[in-house]
Amino acid sequence: MSLRPDRQLSGLLVALAALTLLNVIITPNFLNMQTLAVNVSQVATIAIVALGMTLVIASGGIDLSVGSTMAVAGALAPIVFLSDWALANPGLGLTASILLPLIVAGLCGLFNGVLISMFGVQPIIATLILFISGRGIAQVLTNGNLQTFTNPSFTWLGTGRVFGLPVQGWIALVLTLILGWVVRRTIYGRYLLSAGGNERAAVMAGVPVARVKIATYVIAAVLAGLAGLIVVAINSASDAARIGQLMELDAIAAAVVGGAALAGGRAPILGTLLGAVFIQLMGYTLIANGISDEMTLIVTAAIIAVAVWLQRGRRA
Amino acid sequence: MKRLFGQGHVAVWVALLALIVFGALRYDNFVSAYNLSSFLGYNSMFVLISVGMCLVIMTGGIDLSVGTVAALASVVAAQLSPHGLAVALPAGVAAGLAAGALNAGMIAGLRLPPFMATLATMLAAKGAALRLSENRAVPVDWASDFTKLGMNKIANILPWTMLIALIVVVAAWLIVQRSSLGRTVLAIGGNAEAAHLMGLKTHRAEIFVYVFSGGCAGLAGVYLASGYGAGQPLEGAGWELAAIAAVVVGGTLLTGGMGSVPATVAGALLFGVVFNLLNFENGRGTISLSAHWQSVIRGFFLLVVILLQVRLARPAAKK
Repeated sequence: MSLRPDRQLSGLLVALAALTLLNVIITPNFLNMQTLAVNVSQVATIAIVALGMTLVIASGGIDLSVGSTMAVAGALAPIVFLSDWALANPGLGLTASILLPLIVAGLCGLFNGVLISMFGVQPIIATLILFISGRGIAQVLTNGNLQTFTNPSFTWLGTGRVFGLPVQGWIALVLTLILGWVVRRTIYGRYLLSAGGNERAAVMAGVPVARVKIATYVIAAVLAGLAGLIVVAINSASDAARIGQLMELDAIAAAVVGGAALAGGRAPILGTLLGAVFIQLMGYTLIANGISDEMTLIVTAAIIAVAVWLQRGRRA
Repeated sequence: MKRLFGQGHVAVWVALLALIVFGALRYDNFVSAYNLSSFLGYNSMFVLISVGMCLVIMTGGIDLSVGTVAALASVVAAQLSPHGLAVALPAGVAAGLAAGALNAGMIAGLRLPPFMATLATMLAAKGAALRLSENRAVPVDWASDFTKLGMNKIANILPWTMLIALIVVVAAWLIVQRSSLGRTVLAIGGNAEAAHLMGLKTHRAEIFVYVFSGGCAGLAGVYLASGYGAGQPLEGAGWELAAIAAVVVGGTLLTGGMGSVPATVAGALLFGVVFNLLNFENGRGTISLSAHWQSVIRGFFLLVVILLQVRLARPAAKK
C-alpha cells in the first residue's frame, strides 16, 4: 500500500531533477541566488495553500474558498495595523494584525466545515458560498480600495530573508515538515485518512468524522489566511479584488500533481510541496526561455492531465 | 404539469415568481420592454451553460471548463465575424464542441476524474483564447450581420439569443425525459457501474453530456461576442460556478442520478432576477449597494437555498 505513493514521489523527484538539469543547460543565469529567491518567493504562497488543500482532499472534500479567504485575511491585516490603536501600540498592533486575520480565516473554515459535516452539504457547493461572497466581504471591508502602506516589520513576512532565502519559503518548508508529521504520527492524521478513505467504515469504527472534517477545513483556511498575509506583505499593498485569485485551482493542481487523489484517503504532504515546485519551475522555464504566458497555461493543463492519468494507471 | 415542474422542484419556480411579482409591484420600469429584453439577452448565456452543466451533473460529473470555453468561442466568433453570422456562429459552436470532445475523451476514454479533466481543459481553453486574441479583446465587425444575433429582438422584447437558448433547453429536456440516451444519463449518475453492467451505453451518454455542455458554452460565447461587440478572452471567469449554483438551486443533486432541466433554467433566471432587483433597488437611491455587496448577497442567497434544500431533502431520504 505505502509503496505506491512513494513511487509517485520518486517519479516527481526524477521529473524535477530533469527539469532542473534542463534549465542549467538552456536557461541563462539559472544557477544563481536571485533565480532561486524569485522562484521560492513565488511558489511559497501556493505551496502553503496547497498543503491545506491536500488535507481537505485527503478528507474526500475540496475547498474552492481558499482564494477568498486569502482576500479576507489580506484585507483585514492593514486595517488592523493602520488603526489608531495599533499605531499607538506598535508591538501589540503587529501581533493583532497577524492573529486577527488568521482567526477570521479560521472562522471561514469553521463555516465550511460545519456546512459540510453537520448539514451534509457537498464540499464543492458549501465552499462555493464563501468563494462567491468572501471576496465581496473583503471588498466591503476596504470599500474596494487599494490599501498601500509602509510597515517594515509586517512586510518582513514577504520580503525578509533568512540565510539568503525568502522568509515565506522557510515558512512553507517548516509547515510541510509539521503537517507531514501530523499526518503520519498523530491521531488526527490517522482519523483524517480513514475518514477520507472510507467514511462509513470510519464512522462505524468510532472515528469522530464530523470533528475531523471541521478541523481540516479550519486548518486549510488558516493556511490560506497566512498566504493572504504573505501576499499583502510582498506587495506592501492590499487589493481585495486580486489577492488569491485562482489560488484554489493552483492549489488543487499542486496537490494532485503531488499525488493527492480526489477520492480521498491519501495526504502526500511532501508530494504537494514538490508538486507546487514542479508547476512553478515549469512555468519559470517557459517564461525564462521566451515562451509566452498563454502557453504556460496550456502546459500546466497538460501536466495536470498527465499526473491524474498516471495516478489512475497505478490504481488500476 | 407535474412532469414539467418535477417532484420537489416547485420551490424554485415559486421563488422566481415571487421575486418577479415583488419587482413588478415595487419598481416602475421593471416590466418594461427595455428591462425585459436586456434581462433575457444577458441571461440567455447563463441559461445555456446551466443546461449543459445540468446534464453533466446528472451523470455525477462536473464541467469546470464552460467559462473559459465560452471565452474562447467568443474570440473565435469575433475573429470570423467579417465573414458573417453563417460562418462565425458555427465556428464558435464548433470551438465549444471541440473542447467538449476533449473533456469527453479524457473522462469517458482515459477515465480521468471529471473535476480534474475539465480543470485542465479550463486552463487550456484560457491559454488558447489568450493566444488567439493576442491578449486583447477582439472587436467584432459591425458591418457584417454578425451582431444581429445578439442585438435583434422579436417584438422588441424576446431576443433571438433567448429564443434559441429555449429551443436548446426543450431539446435537452426531451432527451432527458424521452430518450434512452437520457435514461442512461440518469442511470450513470445513479450508479455508473450498475448502469454499465445492465448493458446501457454509458460511454456514449458520458461523451454526449460533455460534448453537449461544450457546445452550449460555445454558443454562449458566440452570444457574448455578438451581443456585446467583442470577443473577450478574459470573460467567463466564475461562469462555471454560476452554472453549478443554478443547477443546485434547481434541485439537481451534485451526486447525480436525478434532476430537472426546467428547474435549472428557473435557477439560472432566479440568480439573474436577484441581480436585476438589486440594480433597481440601487436605482431608487434609498440604499446604495456596491457591486461588492451584491456578491455577498448572492452568496448568502445560495446559502439560504442550500439550507432549505437540505431540510427538504432529509425527510425524503429517510423514507
